[in-house]
Amino acid sequence: MKYTTRRAIGLGLTGLTAFAAFFIVGMLALILWDVARHGARHISWAFLTEAPSDGMMGGGIFPAIFGTAALTLLMTLAVMPVGVLTAVYLHEYAPPESRFARWVRVAVVNLAGVPSIVFGLFGLGFFILFVGGNLDRLLGYQEMHWAQPGILWASLTLAVLTLPVVIVSTEEALRAVPLDQRTASLALGATQSQTLARVVLPGALPGILTGAVLAISRGAGEVAPILFTGAAYFLPDLPTSLDSQFMHLGYHTYVMATQSPNVTEASGPLYATVLVLLALTFALNLVAVIIRTRTRRKAASAH
Amino acid sequence: MEQGLTQAVAAPRLSAAARRRQLREKAVAGFITLMAFTGIAALILIIVFVAKEALALFTDAEARHEASLSKMFLAQEGRYPFRWQPVSGTPKVSMIPLFVGTLKITVVSMLVAVPLGVFGALFVAEFAPRRLRELLKPVIELLAGIPSVVLGFFALMVLSPVVKNLFHLDRPLNGTLAGLALALAIVPVIFTVSEDALTAVPRSYREASLALGATLWETAWKVVLPAAAPGILAACVLGFGRAIGETMIVLMASGNADIVSWSLGDSARSLSATIAAEMGEVVVGSPHYALLFFIGVELFIFTFVLNMIASTWTKKVLQRLTGSAS
Repeated sequence: MKYTTRRAIGLGLTGLTAFAAFFIVGMLALILWDVARHGARHISWAFLTEAPSDGMMGGGIFPAIFGTAALTLLMTLAVMPVGVLTAVYLHEYAPPESRFARWVRVAVVNLAGVPSIVFGLFGLGFFILFVGGNLDRLLGYQEMHWAQPGILWASLTLAVLTLPVVIVSTEEALRAVPLDQRTASLALGATQSQTLARVVLPGALPGILTGAVLAISRGAGEVAPILFTGAAYFLPDLPTSLDSQFMHLGYHTYVMATQSPNVTEASGPLYATVLVLLALTFALNLVAVIIRTRTRRKAASAH
Repeated sequence: MEQGLTQAVAAPRLSAAARRRQLREKAVAGFITLMAFTGIAALILIIVFVAKEALALFTDAEARHEASLSKMFLAQEGRYPFRWQPVSGTPKVSMIPLFVGTLKITVVSMLVAVPLGVFGALFVAEFAPRRLRELLKPVIELLAGIPSVVLGFFALMVLSPVVKNLFHLDRPLNGTLAGLALALAIVPVIFTVSEDALTAVPRSYREASLALGATLWETAWKVVLPAAAPGILAACVLGFGRAIGETMIVLMASGNADIVSWSLGDSARSLSATIAAEMGEVVVGSPHYALLFFIGVELFIFTFVLNMIASTWTKKVLQRLTGSAS
């Protein structure tokens, strides 16, 4: 081939791939711009702090904000210890050729790919009907108490869903702790668990936090798993106990976008709700990215 | 590597304190191992408890009559051989329209997302200057952070009229719209996994190719891309699995009509959206309820198989490039 043809093909291919990359970025920008432009107009202090009224056309979305926050907080409390310790097992305790560790990894990979709606079915079948049902029988409730949708079951369902996120990012964080530090600690006579608690985990803390933040942002946006495990259509009261149902920003978006009799009239509060949800998840993602780049830079400069 | 560190210590005669300490170490290790079991346990519990609720289709006489396998998968008599109307007077439970709808929407989204994701990854990994790469990568990954309900909303409010006019479609909610919105959700998956596979190709491959006089694009196209091929295929399989299971976007943008039609302008109903739309009103324990869990089992099995294929191929890339599996 002549040099000029080769150059032309090269330019064409570079241009094509650049177009693909910038097209993706463009779509992202379009979504953000559209939501910000329409949503910002409707955001006010009252909107953020009041309960919805007038068939959800008026008032605000405070119960949904509160519900989302409470849900993700409970989810984080449930998923972090299990996720972090699983990663600790895989990276610090498992023998290199362990068959058990290999099965755990296969489970984690597959757990990450299970559709979120199937997690919802699991939450209903396992947490509500099985655990909740047996709990009611055990505690002697005559009518259904735990065997119905509630914030506890929804957050535990989300905890299972976000487990792979936490495990993978914690493992990455553990990998970043230099081997020398473990060796030094052990050489000074510390046991493995002392080394873990005082050297390894503190060293991996930024990465573990990244995992927590990523899990929160993933969990905060998921709607499918909570459709029938606890989210409520309209509930101006805040959830007061673990068995309460709750409002949720994502579910509220879905309800208003699909079931509202007049979408044009609802579009103001709808866009504003989406803006709040998007701002929440993006802020969390951004925090995760910042922590990660900072720790990477620190690790790079330490070597 | 680290594991060997504590095992080589010989312990001749231990004091009481040392023995206590050893016991505590064993307890901690045991507890941590137990926690690691939760991943496996969760996966098993998911399939067991979803399948358990679907089991009535095979054991319960009423469910077996109303929703037998032949009624789900074979053509029925009458004007409409394939209908999904589980709540009508005489329930019709054909899964064929759901399969057709799911596949139709998924294929549209793959046709859009695969070229975008793979080419985008090729640009970021091979052609973009370092500064630009460090900017583009996290920005594209931000797209993965958008909740799917927001993408469904975006499809409904913004894309719907554009798609309808652009392709001259009759319905505002249709297979094309759902497929395009779905593509936005799986592009980051395909991009990230492809980019990882491309970056895993050793520098020496590129240097050897360039040293032989190949240009940058020839190296990217004929050396790096083939070397990373299994990983890129894995990315596509992974994206396919995500597309099949994605719920909220399809629920909001597809129109949810139970028709058997390969036309992209028609509305479509997917497996996952059916669960989401109908589980809320179903009577616990009814044949319809068991059917929805049966769909869940199908989704679980589809995505499980796709995930296993993808992870085998991802490993293959590493094996091929480093000569060892890890």
